[in-house]
Amino acid sequence: MRIGVLASQGAFAEHIALLHQLESEALPVRLAKELDNLDGLIVPGGESTSIGKLMADYNLTSEIKRLAKGGLPIFGTCAGMILMARGSSDSDTRLLKLMDIKVRRNAFGRQKDSFEVELEVPVLGEKLFPGVFIRAPVIEQANNGVEILARLTGGTIVAARQGKLLVSSFHPELTRDSRFHQYFLDIISGSR
Amino acid sequence: MKSGTWKVKSGLAQMLKGGVIMDVVSAEQSKIAQEAGACSVMALERVPADIRAQGGVARMADPTIIEAIMQAVSIPVMAKCRIGHFVEAQALEALGVDFIDESEVLTPADESHHIWKHDFKVPFICGCRDLGEALRRIGEGAAMIRTKGEAGTGNIVEAVKHMRAVMDGIRQLKETPEEELMARAKELGAPFELVAKVHKTGELPVVNFAAGGVATPSDAALMMQLGADGVFVGSGIFKSSNPEQRAKAIVKATTHFKDAEIIAEVSKNLGVAMPGLDIKEIPTEQLLASRGW
Repeated sequence: MRIGVLASQGAFAEHIALLHQLESEALPVRLAKELDNLDGLIVPGGESTSIGKLMADYNLTSEIKRLAKGGLPIFGTCAGMILMARGSSDSDTRLLKLMDIKVRRNAFGRQKDSFEVELEVPVLGEKLFPGVFIRAPVIEQANNGVEILARLTGGTIVAARQGKLLVSSFHPELTRDSRFHQYFLDIISGSR
Repeated sequence: MKSGTWKVKSGLAQMLKGGVIMDVVSAEQSKIAQEAGACSVMALERVPADIRAQGGVARMADPTIIEAIMQAVSIPVMAKCRIGHFVEAQALEALGVDFIDESEVLTPADESHHIWKHDFKVPFICGCRDLGEALRRIGEGAAMIRTKGEAGTGNIVEAVKHMRAVMDGIRQLKETPEEELMARAKELGAPFELVAKVHKTGELPVVNFAAGGVATPSDAALMMQLGADGVFVGSGIFKSSNPEQRAKAIVKATTHFKDAEIIAEVSKNLGVAMPGLDIKEIPTEQLLASRGW
């Protein structure tokens, strides 16, 4: 499988390394032409304002929206989730707005409030998943058609899926656990 | 739930990769930086060029300025403390800054010891001139490294020297046979565990940015091609004639650092860059990079 990883800014190399571990082809995407012939796209963590501007400046925003409409599977982590949400706590027009979720940026506070926690993610099996939350956003609202994949104790939504779109507040790419990426590859292949 | 772990500290640095961190001295400048696409800002009272020109003891910025900047932008905010001044660092942590730069640009508070950075929940970044210095700082708990360069000069030559020294050090260590690693650790003056780790992985265990002299889009792309994970621009933006446009151009050149056509395009009509300084004309005692060890 050929997976593009948006490489405008952020932790794209970590996603590429994990995809390689799963024996998938992984290519950095900085220009619209690099979106051709992909089976899936990952929008990584980083700074959503920075990524959003660089996507818009090089016509990636409109092209990714077009491809998503055509059914391209997309996985967004942290900043990637902010970019994919239709609703956000700020009104930046450079968002991709693909998924029927509303997110809140920096929902836990500043860096000193960043944390690690073991998460229950039923679609990945019984074993807990290492959740790494860095200045993380959360999903405040998920509309009909959105499947909730993980919550924190207390109920806050931190991972979800809608059709072939997948998002997480946390960073599976910073862990050695490849189950989230495998789940995305399974969505692409149609087996999940 | 565990906060302030090594994973979340070094992880924030990973999120900054491929980005530009800009020095700002006001809320207004921080908004310009964010709008230009900066992935973070460094909140200061004076940019390095002014610190250099004005002389005297340079200290942590007034918290009022730092707080105003933290309120103005949503991107992470960094602030500088003096080398070894762990109380300035404690104050910055209490203010809630996202990253602390233990920086040679300020006047050192301790000539023998850097801060023990493992004690903090907030991540630190430190400057280095070579691999040994980088690994000493990481050993003390730095979650991110940058070249020192020579801040406030608009002259890239020292940053290039330091980045090449770090990269050469890594390449050499990768080729060093295992039985020679302890002797290399002694030569480098670096913790053995980290020396062995670099030997094994062929890379630094933390993110490494370029800093100290970046003034143009080409400077930024040069540092990226030499192996930097991202770029700091200090005086280079707000000491130039058109900060907004230069900031945007440097952001684009950092992302597209291998694309010569884009670098040429964004370099057009940027106005006057900051006035530069020849390193050889700076008296030795005024060089910032030799502060710290």
